Amino acid sequence: MRLRILPKEAVPQLVQALMADYRLIGPKAKGPEFVFAPISDPSEMRLDYNITILSPKVALQPPQERVARLDLKGEPYVEPVVEAEPTVIFGAHTCDVHAIRMLDRAFTADYPDAHYLERRRQTLIISLECLQPCDEHSFCKDMGTLTADEGYDLHLTDIGDAYTVHVGTEAGEALLEKYARTRPATDEDMRRLNAVLSAKWPRFTHRLDFDAAELPAMLATAYEHPIWAELGDRCLACGSCTNVCPTCYCFNMIDSIALDQTEAVRVRRWDSCQLDEFARVAGGENFRHARAARQRHRFFRKGKWLQERFGTTGCVGCGRCIRACLVHINIVEVFNAIHGSA
Amino acid sequence: MSQSSIYAPEFARLADVRPLTELEKLFTIELPGGRSLGHEPGQFVMVSVPGVGEAPISITSSPSRSNGTFELCVRRVGDVTNALHRMKPGDPVGVRGPFGHGFPIEQMRGKDLLFAPGGLGLAPLRSLINQVLDERGSFGRVIILYGAKRPAELLFRDELEQWAAREDVEFHVTVDRGDESWTGHVGVITTLFPRVTVDPRNTVAVTCGPPIMYRFVLMEMLGKGIPETQIYLSLERRMKCGVGKCGHCQINNLYCCQDGPVFTYAQIKNVPEAL
Repeated sequence: MRLRILPKEAVPQLVQALMADYRLIGPKAKGPEFVFAPISDPSEMRLDYNITILSPKVALQPPQERVARLDLKGEPYVEPVVEAEPTVIFGAHTCDVHAIRMLDRAFTADYPDAHYLERRRQTLIISLECLQPCDEHSFCKDMGTLTADEGYDLHLTDIGDAYTVHVGTEAGEALLEKYARTRPATDEDMRRLNAVLSAKWPRFTHRLDFDAAELPAMLATAYEHPIWAELGDRCLACGSCTNVCPTCYCFNMIDSIALDQTEAVRVRRWDSCQLDEFARVAGGENFRHARAARQRHRFFRKGKWLQERFGTTGCVGCGRCIRACLVHINIVEVFNAIHGSA
Repeated sequence: MSQSSIYAPEFARLADVRPLTELEKLFTIELPGGRSLGHEPGQFVMVSVPGVGEAPISITSSPSRSNGTFELCVRRVGDVTNALHRMKPGDPVGVRGPFGHGFPIEQMRGKDLLFAPGGLGLAPLRSLINQVLDERGSFGRVIILYGAKRPAELLFRDELEQWAAREDVEFHVTVDRGDESWTGHVGVITTLFPRVTVDPRNTVAVTCGPPIMYRFVLMEMLGKGIPETQIYLSLERRMKCGVGKCGHCQINNLYCCQDGPVFTYAQIKNVPEAL
């Protein structure tokens, strides 16, 4: 393991330098909370954030993007549009690093999605080791996302007045050499790092009453569980949970035509399986009309189906859906309730 | 910046538009350079009307009759399909695909085939039926039980007459409600099943129709002893990508666009949202 040391006072300068060459997406304050959003001044970067409303997913799968332009002036033709630019995601917690690995697999499988993948190719990830739980809703320890061994270009750990920097990729190494003033880690740095890391684990507690590895098997027997009807009665079908989820990637495609009808654009937008029309076909048949069925769909995707399809967890334990839910639907409580009634 | 995108359609041209019923038209589409679509029966394409949007439509023409074009039988029911119905020959339409798993015709060779399309469900089955008829010698019996709500809703009437006239096709048709001119059978599609006896182990059954129909048609097919692995269905779902990404067509952990739209009954019988 090759570790470098980035003094904290050197961070603003690093941020400033990255801003010049990259779209820099980092945690910044939004009212009393935080979001991942473009950073336009080093002072906006809040590496002391706990949890963000929106995950760094916004940098890789934006809420809205153009995917094609249709020129309708003469002989019509289609021009694919890939909206990508050199980007650095700065300060992602490890749950979000795991989430991005899931998105990578989803957009690579079978028919590779050039829009996501080109953005991903042009994106470097500087992640941040979590030393304490974001809040009472975090269950990263249960989901195995409390740390990450891969999926980042550079990984920072706060050891007091400096960060240790673990180089994950060659691109990360090049970035570090070009933009950051660092020094090699000393034995003392390593001692502090080990102390910080061994002190962090006890601060995180398990919130699931069972091993998350049992989730797919547990859900397999819970399809007809009464809890879905209960959740269906409460759910407002607002879609907040899927908007804030770092592993939700379902989308809609919308074509819109210019007023003079000379061109049209195809736009991809986030969509949500929690909305009534999500599974409705043109003839009117709706295959998940009941909110209970839509809630079940979400929990099964998070706890079972994405895992089975992509071999990596569909829920990273960030707890964002819990915080966003207006009627306090809590994924930890749901999974524990199912486990408790088995 | 420009590169290829799985969501960017290719422009093709409407070669012909023919009304079939009050609600359905048959669109013949020509790809640039007269290129063949290269589809299997049962696959679908994503069809765009420029500036309006895109919809998944099953291909109704047989690969054996491609001739540089392919056909879609489209009911006008939503924005895209209503816009498509207003188009005329020569107009451009966007096409992506073909996508999905179609009918495994190779596994059907040598077998007796029992087709049971209901209403617009004939559209995807017609692709397979016509390929089978074009290679008639390599299949056993061909039985077609077709049901529609009213005589005026019967699709492809000229072809139905040809099928009825052929000695090597056992064709039965019914309507839920007749009219003054209708002299044929009246009753739902399941009332046709007692008319045929099959050798269940050597029979492959294929059905497509409105969701409500499946339960009853499946009961008839299973009742004849046809194995679950030899019963094929083509399912309809909302789709925005056609390539397993957008999530709309998901049926539990199956993606209709990729794992389907053609499934065996064995594949989906324990998937609660499938039927």
